[in-house]
Amino acid sequence: MPGWSQLTLRNLAFIIAILVPVILGVAYLTFAERKLIGYMQMRVGPNRVGPRGWLQPIADVLKLLLKEIIVPTNANRFLFIIAPMLTLAPALVAWAVMPFTDTLVLANIDASLLFILALTSMGVYGVIIAGWASNSKYAFLGSLRSAAQIVSYEIAMGFALVGVLMAAQSLNLREIVLQQQGGLHQWYLWPLFPLFMVFFIAGVAETNRAPFDVAEGESEIVAGFHVEYSGMTFALFFLAEYANMILISALTATLFLGGWYPPFDVAPFTWIPGVAWLVIKICVVLFFFLWFRATFPRYRYDQIMRLGWKVFIPITLVWIVVIGAAMQTPIGFLFH
Amino acid sequence: MTFEQLVFYFFAAVLVMAAVMVITIRNPVKSALFLVLAFFTAAGLWILLEAEFLAITLVLVYVGAVMVLFLFVVMMLDVNLVRLREGFGEYLPIGGAVGILLVLEMIIILGPARFGLERIAAPMGHSADYSNTRELGRVLYTVYVYPFEIAALILLVAIIGAITLALRRRKDTKYQDPRRQVAVSPADRVRLVKMSAEKNRAKD
Repeated sequence: MPGWSQLTLRNLAFIIAILVPVILGVAYLTFAERKLIGYMQMRVGPNRVGPRGWLQPIADVLKLLLKEIIVPTNANRFLFIIAPMLTLAPALVAWAVMPFTDTLVLANIDASLLFILALTSMGVYGVIIAGWASNSKYAFLGSLRSAAQIVSYEIAMGFALVGVLMAAQSLNLREIVLQQQGGLHQWYLWPLFPLFMVFFIAGVAETNRAPFDVAEGESEIVAGFHVEYSGMTFALFFLAEYANMILISALTATLFLGGWYPPFDVAPFTWIPGVAWLVIKICVVLFFFLWFRATFPRYRYDQIMRLGWKVFIPITLVWIVVIGAAMQTPIGFLFH
Repeated sequence: MTFEQLVFYFFAAVLVMAAVMVITIRNPVKSALFLVLAFFTAAGLWILLEAEFLAITLVLVYVGAVMVLFLFVVMMLDVNLVRLREGFGEYLPIGGAVGILLVLEMIIILGPARFGLERIAAPMGHSADYSNTRELGRVLYTVYVYPFEIAALILLVAIIGAITLALRRRKDTKYQDPRRQVAVSPADRVRLVKMSAEKNRAKD
């Protein structure tokens, strides 16, 4: 067998090994969300399908697969169908550069942080196109809201990442994690705490999750950009939203929480493999996403814009200057 | 034909097709979407040239931000397609002349006489661990630091100018003060009255 076909087979196997857990994670994240929010609101959540409700996501998927896909009159058929795919694809492609351990990464490219940022910014096209192609006022309003929101929060997110790359002196995600070796106190969570907060909150806003879910805003504009979607096309939007949540959580874990490294560099913690640590960290961050949704009421639209432009961007700018100045002084080691 | 050439011709064909569609298609939203496709394929071509930093930045800046705002504006315009089409014949001679002039100028500049391999040597290939992000940063902040900073300042001035031109504060618009909204306490808004639940029942 020639070298290139071997490489192709290896990469295909790797891609499947990444995508299957991500898709399963999405399915059970919806289940976890319903259960957790149920318990937070003194309910039990879904508990009828399968033992303790464990087959609920499978039942949901089957139901959505069998439903009819309705295309509204005067909708642009091609764009209407392709929009959900445009939302899902970037969320899945971004996993290509995610390092799972020191050696386990599909594509170890030099500018992987930038690559992920570029891909997450592509996700908005699915939302905009869906809103426009639906030929519906609610969907159109939802997509306009989403476009303005994502463009504003992306700037804050990008500046937060500038801080990370200043500290790590690399755009490569693997290098960034390698810089955080040696336990809890080495994680970028501490020196870059303001940037961590900005990145995570901007991440919640980028995924259109509560309390930033004005693009859906079911109490104001019905369901926003996906109001006209049904069946599998709707399921793809759903899948994309949850896949994006997992992606943002994985990014937070990689950039600020030490990636695959255990919190303490001593015996019982180092026995657990790195991938398991990464998964644990992702789950902890995901819990916050669900917790937010159960806790906070939706932001008013002008408050979202104010938070993005007048609070987050100044915070990140100031902290970038602080990092840059501190690196020139003897205490610069704190930021490395 | 090597694999790289195959990929190049594929991307180049898509790019030319998308660029032609941008100016020929009637619907402005579709035209903007074809422009997105054109940027995206151009980024693919840059990756073939081993300029991955520039390619990703092209996607990030133009596809991820500029075109989103473009679409935002174009979608809200209610463009009358019939009126767009009238006057086509009227503008055709001057437009065509300008177009031909542009093509001629490009042929003169980009022809092999001035842009060929003898003039500009083919770039050498770099090893796999070569980081063009690092190299670009080094050159940008050493050799080209003044042009870079001056360009940044000019952009800043342009931003401030645009905002000043567009900023229009009407006197009768009511603004909220978020600081006061956040600082409000329940005691200012709600008066709790203590009363027993069954006191008045006896009277009925």
